[in-house]
Amino acid sequence: MTVTLVTLLKILVIYGGLINVAALMTLAERKVSAWMQFRIGPNRVGPWGVLQPLADGVKFIFKEEFTPEGANKFLFRIAPMLSAVPAMLTVAVLPLAGDIAIPKLGTFDLPFFGPTELGGITTNLSITDLDISVLFVLAVSGLSIYGIILGGWASNSKYSLLGALRASAQMISYELTLMLSLLSIVVMTGSLDLREIATSQATIGQWHIWTQPLAFILFVVATFAETNRHPFDFAECEPELVGGFHTEYSSMKFALFFMGEYCAMAVMSGLTVTFFLGGFGVPFWPDAPWFVELPAFLAKTAFFLFLFIWVRWTLPRFRFDQLMGLSWKWLLNLALFNLFLTGLASALGWF
Amino acid sequence: MLEQYAPILMLLAAVMGFALFNIGLSELVGRRRRAVGKEAAYECGMGSYGTNARLRLSIHFYLVAVLFILFDVEVLLLVPWAVAAKGFGEAGVGMHVFGCVAAFLIVLEVGLAYVWAKGGLTWDR
Repeated sequence: MTVTLVTLLKILVIYGGLINVAALMTLAERKVSAWMQFRIGPNRVGPWGVLQPLADGVKFIFKEEFTPEGANKFLFRIAPMLSAVPAMLTVAVLPLAGDIAIPKLGTFDLPFFGPTELGGITTNLSITDLDISVLFVLAVSGLSIYGIILGGWASNSKYSLLGALRASAQMISYELTLMLSLLSIVVMTGSLDLREIATSQATIGQWHIWTQPLAFILFVVATFAETNRHPFDFAECEPELVGGFHTEYSSMKFALFFMGEYCAMAVMSGLTVTFFLGGFGVPFWPDAPWFVELPAFLAKTAFFLFLFIWVRWTLPRFRFDQLMGLSWKWLLNLALFNLFLTGLASALGWF
Repeated sequence: MLEQYAPILMLLAAVMGFALFNIGLSELVGRRRRAVGKEAAYECGMGSYGTNARLRLSIHFYLVAVLFILFDVEVLLLVPWAVAAKGFGEAGVGMHVFGCVAAFLIVLEVGLAYVWAKGGLTWDR
């Protein structure tokens, strides 16, 4: 009973937190871009415009929905969900902090269940811990491509179709680099469990950013491409494709695509931290309590979220053939080379 | 073991509920006005050119997809080795197993080089 209640509470807190991070990211994006361009940015709704995402949400709900003629209506409707759901689902295995001991709370007389003893368990701050959470993340985040390609195909618009094709070609190409760069971490840790990977980097010297610098760079580049972010945002490259795969979308369906994208960014930043920056570990303080570990994790993740915005407003966009060339000719070879070296070092017993 | 997956199903229900609720709400309360040409596909403000947008596509997209499937399967074959690499080292057969994996990686690399040499990675020809 306690376990189920704790799981529900964790889902509420972590999933709610993820949605709020995604909402605040839309504000941060506009604020940071404004500061980088010497503008003010949204500042009317609430102090510093912090209520802007809420106002946007209400506006999205009241906007008109329309389906372009010739569109496949069923696919057009479910595509935003297919894009958003996998992105939000990957947060399930993200380890946010270490053990939390819940004290015994006594016996309560619950409706339907009768007298139940609550509390007295130790739990982890992640929705669930799988032995194969790395595979889970890769498999589920790979599914969000279906939403994009179906959304683009179902719209019956040329811009949407081209944007969706570009997005899918780019996402599958960079998925290889993503997986190969993670495999070298898996070789070093000998585990597919994200929590184990995080706890194996107890001190700063053990962070995989030092032991696997090439894998770190490859992984960060691949996350930018996987989330369709600048400088790889060919899915929605506005000068040539208007809005790309979401050209024909409006109202909450449009918003769901973006919720999915921002959630994917948040989870990918969390994964980068878990794989390369010690996860929830606090520098110079091993065995820190969970209420110190959680802010440490969030602070590290916030840096990578800022990096997404920073890069977007700093770099120009690639050309599409350059993007595919970069992935297949450079990153894939480098990732294979890195895995080869890591395997060799592992076989020689260097770590 | 399988009860570890129960929270994922609960989260899936929450996520699906969120998505359905939002889409349903906006379909309910969003106002609709029909107008001539409003539901035509957007094409730079002019009238749309033809009604079917499912055009013939560049063959390269299919080529990329096929290459992805090949390489993805090969990468997946490496996952069990990656997990067990430490164990092989501790069992004293690390170098032997790595020899096999290195041969596999080299075959992968040769395949990639072949595709590259044949022009499969060049976008416009």
